[in-house]
Amino acid sequence: MKYTKDHEWLRIEGNLVVVGITEHAATQLGDVVFVELPETETVVAEGDEVCVIESVKAASDILAPVDGKIVAVNDKLVDTPALVNEDPTGAAWFFKMRLDDLSVLDQFMDEDEYQDLIG
Amino acid sequence: MADLEGDTLQRLSLHDLHLELGGKMVPFAGYEMPVQYATGVMKEHLHTRAAAGLFDVSHMGQMILRPKGRVDDLKLAFEGLMPADVVGLAEGRQRYGLLTSDQGGILDDLMFTNRGDHLYVVVNAACKAADIAHMTAMMPGVTVEPVTDRALLAIQGPGAVAALEALLPGTAEMRFMDHWVIGEVWVSRSGYTGEDGFEISLPVADAEDFARKLLAQSGVAPIGLGARDSLRLEAGLCLYGHDIDTTTSPVEAALTWAIQKSRRSGGAREGGFPGAARILRELAEGPERWRVGLRPEGRAPMREGVEVFTPDGTPVGRVTSGGFGPSVNAPVAMGYVALGFATPGTQLVGEVRGKHLPLTTCELPFHPTSYKR
Repeated sequence: MKYTKDHEWLRIEGNLVVVGITEHAATQLGDVVFVELPETETVVAEGDEVCVIESVKAASDILAPVDGKIVAVNDKLVDTPALVNEDPTGAAWFFKMRLDDLSVLDQFMDEDEYQDLIG
Repeated sequence: MADLEGDTLQRLSLHDLHLELGGKMVPFAGYEMPVQYATGVMKEHLHTRAAAGLFDVSHMGQMILRPKGRVDDLKLAFEGLMPADVVGLAEGRQRYGLLTSDQGGILDDLMFTNRGDHLYVVVNAACKAADIAHMTAMMPGVTVEPVTDRALLAIQGPGAVAALEALLPGTAEMRFMDHWVIGEVWVSRSGYTGEDGFEISLPVADAEDFARKLLAQSGVAPIGLGARDSLRLEAGLCLYGHDIDTTTSPVEAALTWAIQKSRRSGGAREGGFPGAARILRELAEGPERWRVGLRPEGRAPMREGVEVFTPDGTPVGRVTSGGFGPSVNAPVAMGYVALGFATPGTQLVGEVRGKHLPLTTCELPFHPTSYKR
């Protein structure tokens, strides 16, 4: 698992990368009540706002961590946004991306580095 | 809301108790306030509607208005600041009032209580300094005494009455907006959630013990500011600085129920409050806009500042409070729309992240109130 400074986790699954938000981020957001997902087959650039998360407190975005193409989204989150609080690093993945080169993920933090960031 | 966050934050007398209970403290109106406890806003909200919630609202401004002469003159003087009937309020009863500006806007909303030879008033935290200055300047025959040595707790929800009865026997007999003085404890049957409940003013020295005893009662949990906001929004209650301010008149804000008959045209003490010309005219002819409930059709919350349009894109209003209503289990909002669009059921749209999403105007409240009338 890799982590971004925007509190997203990235998990490699075959030739895809799965993206979600960390437990720390989910706790900070509070109860999530609305999730808007991108269309599949959307080509995105690093930093693009690809998902919207609304909690009881505020709205926030999930940014594309790297350039790539969205190939799958987790529709369950639309009907059950609370999954983001219940299982942020498991069932509540947001989208899967196809990258040209998975080695770009090397730039991101590992578990220990992320724990230092939020510690 | 005035921005009072720059200077040193004041601490509530129950600060340590909030920390012990897992309160997440944030700056609000110059105070460090618990925005939520460990369970979070959603569960706290639902718990209050199902059982009982304890709120620390000690940041609010408590004050005593005392006449230098006769108490009747105090009541008349206070009527000179608000379109409310002060004279006709019975002893031991509380009423909602609005301090109005010369332009007919709202300087603050407050609760006032007839306590025989004086009035007890509770105002918004962010407005208290301005209110004290205004009242002092406008009522030379009245002494405005800020109450600074008392905490203010609220217990709200269907379990509130049993919890308080266990500590203060007899209070279950109180009706909505009754006010009792029980030794050093001042109890009002009122609140800001739409639920039955009480607000309890008591000396700071007694507050922690009293709060702990309430928390020990069956079903009572501490509730933060986050849930307080979603509870009052579902109940259709205004938040000063957001839904009402100096630019909104009481009539536009749909608060005409706070203008009793005696103060309206043809009443015994018609007018005589700041902004009376505009407010009485709007009562007779209708205002240009109304505060209404707004129900987004989708799941996306529409928050304060969202612009409201007709489906063909004509701007007609703005959201002043909005979010997710846990009891409604859907997004809820309120705001102002131009007069022709206020009828419940009118189809409009709100602009969220550049998209026009459908919403419908509706009556308030979103969640039925359960006051003990």
